[in-house]
Amino acid sequence: MLDISQVPSSITSHAPGYIDRPNEIVVGLQTEAPLKRAIMPNGGFRMVLSALKAYGYDPDPQVVEIFTKYRKTHNQAVFDAYTADVRRCRSSHILTGLPDSYGRGRIIGDYRRVALYGVSRLIEQKQVEKRSLDSAMSSEDVIRDREELSEQIRALQELQLMASTYGFDISGPARDSREAVQWLYLAYLGAVKEQNGAAMSLGRTSTFLDIYFARDLAAQTITEQQAQEIIDDFVIKLRIVRFLRTPEYDELFAGDPTWITESIAGVGDDGRSLVTKTSFRFLQTLYNLGPAPEPNLTIWYSPRLPDGFRNFATKVAIDTSSIQFESDEIMRGALGDDGAIACCVSPMLLGKQMQFFGARANLAKCLLYAINGGRDEITGDQVGPTGGVKDEYLDFNEVRDKFERMMEWFAGVYVNAMNIIHYMHDKYAYERLEMALHDYAPLRTMAFGIAGMSVVADSLSALRYAKVRAIRDDTGLVIDYQTEGDFPRFGNNDNRVDHLATWIVSTFMGKLRKYPTYRNAVHTQSILTITSNVVYGKSTGNTPDGRRRGEPFAPGANPMHGRDTHGIHASAASVAKIPYRDAADGISLTATFLPEGLGRVAEDRITNLRSMLDAFFSVTGYHMNVNVLNRETLLDAMDHPENYPHLTIRVSGYAVNFVRLTREQQMDVINRTFHGEQVTL
Amino acid sequence: MNQTQHALPLEAKSPFELRVNLSAGMPETDVRTALATGDMGFLHSFTTGSTVDGPGVRVVGWTTGCQFRCLYCHNPDTWTMSNGIPVSLTRATEELRKYRHGLAAMSGGFTLSGGEPLMQDRFVVKLLAAAKKMGIHTALDTNGAFGARLSDADLENIDLVLLDLKSWDPELHRRLTGMEVGPVLNFSGRLAAHRIPIWVRFVLVPGLTDDTENIAQIARFSANLGNVQRVDVLPFHQMGRFKWKELNLNYTLGDVQPPGTEAVEHACALFRGVGLKAY
Repeated sequence: MLDISQVPSSITSHAPGYIDRPNEIVVGLQTEAPLKRAIMPNGGFRMVLSALKAYGYDPDPQVVEIFTKYRKTHNQAVFDAYTADVRRCRSSHILTGLPDSYGRGRIIGDYRRVALYGVSRLIEQKQVEKRSLDSAMSSEDVIRDREELSEQIRALQELQLMASTYGFDISGPARDSREAVQWLYLAYLGAVKEQNGAAMSLGRTSTFLDIYFARDLAAQTITEQQAQEIIDDFVIKLRIVRFLRTPEYDELFAGDPTWITESIAGVGDDGRSLVTKTSFRFLQTLYNLGPAPEPNLTIWYSPRLPDGFRNFATKVAIDTSSIQFESDEIMRGALGDDGAIACCVSPMLLGKQMQFFGARANLAKCLLYAINGGRDEITGDQVGPTGGVKDEYLDFNEVRDKFERMMEWFAGVYVNAMNIIHYMHDKYAYERLEMALHDYAPLRTMAFGIAGMSVVADSLSALRYAKVRAIRDDTGLVIDYQTEGDFPRFGNNDNRVDHLATWIVSTFMGKLRKYPTYRNAVHTQSILTITSNVVYGKSTGNTPDGRRRGEPFAPGANPMHGRDTHGIHASAASVAKIPYRDAADGISLTATFLPEGLGRVAEDRITNLRSMLDAFFSVTGYHMNVNVLNRETLLDAMDHPENYPHLTIRVSGYAVNFVRLTREQQMDVINRTFHGEQVTL
Repeated sequence: MNQTQHALPLEAKSPFELRVNLSAGMPETDVRTALATGDMGFLHSFTTGSTVDGPGVRVVGWTTGCQFRCLYCHNPDTWTMSNGIPVSLTRATEELRKYRHGLAAMSGGFTLSGGEPLMQDRFVVKLLAAAKKMGIHTALDTNGAFGARLSDADLENIDLVLLDLKSWDPELHRRLTGMEVGPVLNFSGRLAAHRIPIWVRFVLVPGLTDDTENIAQIARFSANLGNVQRVDVLPFHQMGRFKWKELNLNYTLGDVQPPGTEAVEHACALFRGVGLKAY
């Protein structure tokens, strides 16, 4: 049973809340009580109603009246403007996860500005920016900008007011480390009181905050222990940020994620490391408070980072499986040294860049549409343009050409949907506070996503290197494939198929670029699914690579499970071939290790994992999610194999997919890996 | 290499999978030529990212063919050379070349294991030489019995030997492997004389190799060599049982349980007792 407040949330909507007031060092909650969720109807009132219903609440009639009679929401507006194509693609699940009924997220306010300058100064700056538009002719764009700047100023004023209810005057800069953390957190809190964006990332705060800590420590006004306590309490606050969402949403993303991503480390443009003691303090919270997915601690990794930090971060990864690594070299090269990750892999320059994100294109389904002339392989409905394949044996060149044409149509529908969504989101659910913590006229990207890359690569490989026969039902719909002969699979560092994967990514990116975007945003795309690869697989029929209908895709840019049979180095090398220039919003690789697979001795494991990260990130590796499994995970995998399709273990002489072992073999692995502890089941 | 060779799925399978008859159709004369020249070898499989077959993170290739018939072998499909895929030296070298920068960054290298690699000694020597030429650290995982097939010049291309010592006692060694221990010990001595580092690999099999005296003798012998850098005590496991069954081989260890932590620690302690690093 969730605790829900039905007061529509805004920066100032709720009275101050505390967990344990006398013992809190950093204060502020989204509502008046911890874990009490608020409704945020501006994104979509339907979502609010279904969440309330799911958790057994009767909606407040007054709120219902306001949001059905007087106040239109983003959700309603989007559906007012959707085209027939968009609706069809949405229902057939070729296009899934459009943020058309809740907050879009993936915008990072530069929350540091509040601590550094104080709110008064920020308001003055926004007023200057607004006045600079006075001389411009009132075109639609200029009018919108003026209105947005006014809203931003209002949001900053509300932030000041909210802070004052907690007893803080944040009009001026923070004076010490505790104030700096508090000011920064209040700014972030304002954002999560106003928006339930799909990802509400924090930015790059640890190195900034370290300046305050270093000064206080030098002046001996705090001790190291107190410094750590401030960070611990800050992280506790971040860990309890909650949004009211429907159970379906939580199922899609396996839990209740908020993606409070904090970017740590990296190297400065001047060559100095950005690692500070506060970088360590953030990582240390995983020991002090225990492992947790939030905040999503993300290391901007470079082999040039100091040895001590790389060793510690690697140790934390092995001990907690709670951190991820992304290429500082690639992202700094693209953005400079003050970037941060929104959500999981999307880099942006803090306060100077924002993105319009949404959904993923199911390219596996798109391939099937190409074969079936736009008919859905499951329902048989005509969704896309006609002109499928007639022959019994599928010709690689013909299918590839038809696939390319289908991608062109599909990209058009996708851009259309995104333009509508972001136009309406700006209009009805504008991120006033987050955008107030950006410079005027930031660079906007429109971040598209794809799912099923490795399924399509393997399918095209089957067509190219083996013989694939189409099996049709009595309406002529291809519903299955029979493959004769073998073919190379993505994930084995084999260019024959790896180049098909890069072709898919670059081609789809090229198609997207053909269509103009809302506010002239720069097109980008990510190869990232988080856990939605399971749902995408569920709604996709049999594919020519041998994947059965309903089977999950591999997550992100990962090879299909069990097909990368030559170890992590080969697998990661395949993924590292995906060109960043055509996937500038991120390329996600999830790697899973058993402790023993990293070395027989504990010290070796740190060295070996660090070596792997060094090697991956010194070439074109972009992102690595590192899971190091423990015994409990393996026991859980025995009982719930469906949750662990990729669980590969590597012990002397063997690389095996754990869930495919017999129960007896699994027990053997568990007993051996965890050094003979007795396991009772 | 001809088209057929190119199409062979070197990439397809993992070491865990049973492989049989992959080069069965190959004419006998071709096999003999391959073994004599070393321009072609027979591989069961290969993997990357190994952290358990020598120092750092490594590429490992497993050859087929073995003269030992160890009772506890976990890969009996590697006994027969014709179970492996014929791979040209050029092809193997090119595959390895893809990883040379990464291997350097990971303080790793290339390990040839088996089967018994020295069943194909010319191929092994040429492939390890090619690896060395690319600046890759080389390791040979061997039972040592065919060590005499390596000339002194051949040894120069080997940076590390992972030496599988099964037993000290000649009678037990015969029982365990079907072969004599003498040549193994001779080869160990030769490696010591050439100052080629050794990592001893000792499989701890309850009821077969776990006798304290047997372990202590191996430990003393290893310590006296002077070039043993480390000892890996590998606990016996039952992961290979299914292969024996599918190959219709008589597996006598079906009821043997993997050794417990204590037994493993006891074995390690015996090695440590003579001043060796053991894990």
